[in-house]
Amino acid sequence: MLVQLLFYGFSAILIAAALGVIVARNPVYSALSLVLAFFTSAALWLLIEAEFLAIVLVLVYVGAVMVLFLFVVMMLDINVEEIKRGVTRYAGLGWFIAFAVIAQMVAVFWFRGFGIDATQGMALLPADHSNTRALGEVLYTQYVYPFELAAMVLLVAIIAAITLTMRKRPGLKPQDVAKQVAVRREDRVRLVKGVGPKTDPAPESDT
Amino acid sequence: MITLQHMLTLSAILFSLSIAGIFLNRKNVILLLMCIELMLLAVNFSFVSFSRYLGDLDGQVFVFFVLTVAAAESAIGLAILVVLFRERRSINVEDLDTLKG
Repeated sequence: MLVQLLFYGFSAILIAAALGVIVARNPVYSALSLVLAFFTSAALWLLIEAEFLAIVLVLVYVGAVMVLFLFVVMMLDINVEEIKRGVTRYAGLGWFIAFAVIAQMVAVFWFRGFGIDATQGMALLPADHSNTRALGEVLYTQYVYPFELAAMVLLVAIIAAITLTMRKRPGLKPQDVAKQVAVRREDRVRLVKGVGPKTDPAPESDT
Repeated sequence: MITLQHMLTLSAILFSLSIAGIFLNRKNVILLLMCIELMLLAVNFSFVSFSRYLGDLDGQVFVFFVLTVAAAESAIGLAILVVLFRERRSINVEDLDTLKG
């Protein structure tokens, strides 16, 4: 009973947050609603005993991706009013398609089934079952090559993001360490004869 | 008791809301990216639910990879967005019609 109550409560929050993402006037509010949606999804995943992915969702999405989104939203100077102008032209069509998709999917889930019995709860895991351990055992044996490919994908993403946003600004004075190390004494110090403060003879008395 | 049907219905509602979001915010590239993230979340919801209710761990492994690719996608997408804004001073989709014949 408590589980059901939690499920319906979190579902309501999740749907409200998703609505907030799509109807908010300000992109910052959208991003913050999306953070709430991810948090609530993590809670729901905890509820169905997928603990590792719930924590990863909070760490990766809320901690990294959404901070990146907020960063970009706040960094760019967006004219919200101009973008929102004429926004309702296809809104009716959008809502119609959304409700059609929901109706179709509900019809499939609740009246057709998949050839499996979807009407019963899941098999509860024993209290000492470690989801992280079980996932790790599969990930590092059966899926080890996809795992390394995922690492390569992240590496490509890092390089792509840096090369896309890096630019040479005029007037910038960067440090060239190789040049600094390779400098010799003759390049910097020049000894000149005959210039400089003269060593005056002893001051004469003016008598 | 939460059944598989409940979870899948929730996932379907999330997915449809993000479709509606793409229609509503079709001018703002940042909001389009956020709606794509929401869609991926809905799909991950289905994966996790099926994985738990069918007792098969592979679904959760797949969600792990989807998260990785989605993180890479949003990083590159936002980088492109920053470059775009630097060039055009705008992220309105209607201003990006250079290739239009």
